[in-house]
Amino acid sequence: MKARDTDWDGVRLHVVTGKGGTGKTTVAAALALALAAGGRKVLLVEVEGRQGIAQIFDLPPLPYEERKIAVAPGGGDVYALAIDPEEAMLDYLEMFYGMRRAGRALSKLGIVDFATTIAPGFRDVLVTGKTTEAVRRRDKNGRRVYDAVVLDAPPTGRIVRFLNVTNEVAGLARMGPIKNHADLVNGVVASPETAVHFVTLLEEMPVQETIDGLAELRAAGLPPGGVFTNMVRSSLLPAEAVEAASAGRFDPDELALGLKAAGLADGADAAAVASALAEEIVEHARRTELERQERASLDASGRPRYELPLLPDGVDLAGLYELAESIRTQGAA
Amino acid sequence: MNERTGGHRDAPVLDLDAIVDDRNTRIIVCCGSGGVGKTTTAAALGLRAAERGRSAVVLTVDPARRLAQSMGLTELDNTPRPVAGVDGEGELHAMMLDMKRTFDEIIEAHADPERARQILTNPFYQSLSSSFSGTQEYMAMEKLGQLRRSGDWDLIIVDTPPSRSALDFLDAPERLGRFLDGRLIRLLTAPAKVGGRSAFKLFNAGFGFVAGTLTKLLGAQVLKDLQTFVSALDAVFGGFRARADQTYRLLQAPGTAFVVVAAPERDAMREASYFVERLAEERMPLAGLVVNRVHRSPVSGLSAARSSAAAEDLEARGEHELTAAVLRLHADRMQLAAREHREQEHFVSAHPTVPIVQVPAMPTDVHDLEGLREVGALLAGRWRPAA
Repeated sequence: MKARDTDWDGVRLHVVTGKGGTGKTTVAAALALALAAGGRKVLLVEVEGRQGIAQIFDLPPLPYEERKIAVAPGGGDVYALAIDPEEAMLDYLEMFYGMRRAGRALSKLGIVDFATTIAPGFRDVLVTGKTTEAVRRRDKNGRRVYDAVVLDAPPTGRIVRFLNVTNEVAGLARMGPIKNHADLVNGVVASPETAVHFVTLLEEMPVQETIDGLAELRAAGLPPGGVFTNMVRSSLLPAEAVEAASAGRFDPDELALGLKAAGLADGADAAAVASALAEEIVEHARRTELERQERASLDASGRPRYELPLLPDGVDLAGLYELAESIRTQGAA
Repeated sequence: MNERTGGHRDAPVLDLDAIVDDRNTRIIVCCGSGGVGKTTTAAALGLRAAERGRSAVVLTVDPARRLAQSMGLTELDNTPRPVAGVDGEGELHAMMLDMKRTFDEIIEAHADPERARQILTNPFYQSLSSSFSGTQEYMAMEKLGQLRRSGDWDLIIVDTPPSRSALDFLDAPERLGRFLDGRLIRLLTAPAKVGGRSAFKLFNAGFGFVAGTLTKLLGAQVLKDLQTFVSALDAVFGGFRARADQTYRLLQAPGTAFVVVAAPERDAMREASYFVERLAEERMPLAGLVVNRVHRSPVSGLSAARSSAAAEDLEARGEHELTAAVLRLHADRMQLAAREHREQEHFVSAHPTVPIVQVPAMPTDVHDLEGLREVGALLAGRWRPAA
């Protein structure tokens, strides 16, 4: 087993949600790498058919098949699966009824189109069903096949609906096989084996959505996880300089001297560059001050928090490993 | 270098003032992927149009609370409400879409009371009308059609739902139609339609098989609910498909302007590209691209490389710590600006004729009308970063 304690020992299903644009898929991928580090086996699941995992790992589109996509630091494996609801339905029919052929016939009739259009709860239960099956799956020797499963889930606005399948399906099917299946899924999703993590930025709207999402999650009896603040910019200025600048007090004279000392500008030119830079600094300081307030709101939620740096060149494979390392250092995996 | 678009050599400038000032512009659709500031863009355009004399209504879908409050919207009530505090001759109304109520109203308009009751109380209807997948897009289209037909406004600005893909907005109504015309539905509704045994016999083999499988999959009660729902819905669908088609044609009309909204990031710019291509295929009129949250520096002459080298030098000498920190920050910002520029360059080279306007990243979200006004001015291309 693992040699080190993490904040989520015992959690086997990590659900990652977040407002659009916060980097949910990136964080899910980095978390999968972090969890796999040191010789574990982790499955990274995507459900929205956008092939975000393939893009982030720079791979051709993933089929509906669990395949190894990356090796984690210290020798662990990350597998990926892009769940297609139609294929998940066929799996489901085969697994429970041995009816794969009948399933094909239903597919031809457009039953998945039907599920997507008319009762998204059915579609969600197929997708979450496939995910929880991977969580529960054991090999011949009775050992878990995956140490953990990371689910790149729908955005915050839809997450409770998506996970709360029993509730969604209950309105449609009060009894019968779908209801039983939903209950089975719920047994995993609502258990302490699951944690629902939120990805946010230090901006007002995503922070508010995170706080609302956490409340909604609690109300639905689903287990909240951590809050990952993504794309955090390092603040290089000393606190007192930030405070002065955010109040609009930033003296460009000292800056002008510094620019001269660095050989960047001279005389009147130095003063002009310094005052333009001062403008930039005042803006930076105001944003830092707002970020401080957003941090405080997130802290008030009482959830474990992790901060991931903004990668100035965007997220490439190397950046992904850097984020995974950061996740491990902070104890999230 | 083209000053107003921030250096994209070939991209023409999107002149949104000209678009809102043109009395022939009757509909502006703001679309793009989630989290790029679509709703804010729609609201700001609405205010700007009103303050330039138009009688405008903004139809928002799921706005952030404070943005809604900035327009005085407090509840989701599906009715355009006047926005107080608009300067000038024009007027602005705003509303939040209530998709369930919009859907209920369509059913009530197209079915006799008994059938309407059957549909409205059916569990499948409840699921369909309150789910987020597809229905929101369909109902946004429907509401747009209603607002247009009412003739109460001379400009309608629509914010599209926060769907996975920007294209869902165009596809959803079609999907619902295709679904109701599907073979599965014909099988399910066959017995009910012709009223019993004879038709049932006709479809017996196929239906028996499908029904058997579905019963196993869903349970008998679910199947019965489903059949009742589908046949009831089928009976009224012709009416609202005709309406959807009408709205779709409205979107192709010359009085419509699509404004694609993006942020200077890879995914958002890629979605924007898809959307632009799709609009061309559908012959829908594209006004241009709004790129929100762009970072620039007032000291763009000082490169990231020079700035970091100088910071390193000062740090090595142990002098001017503050200046060194400021130079590091500046280098980060220049690097970010360069990356954002590259992401936009991809779009510009693929779509050199699409007009673009950039809006700077702002430290705070919009809280009030003044904030919206400011965004409106930026959208109109009033951003002049100090040189």
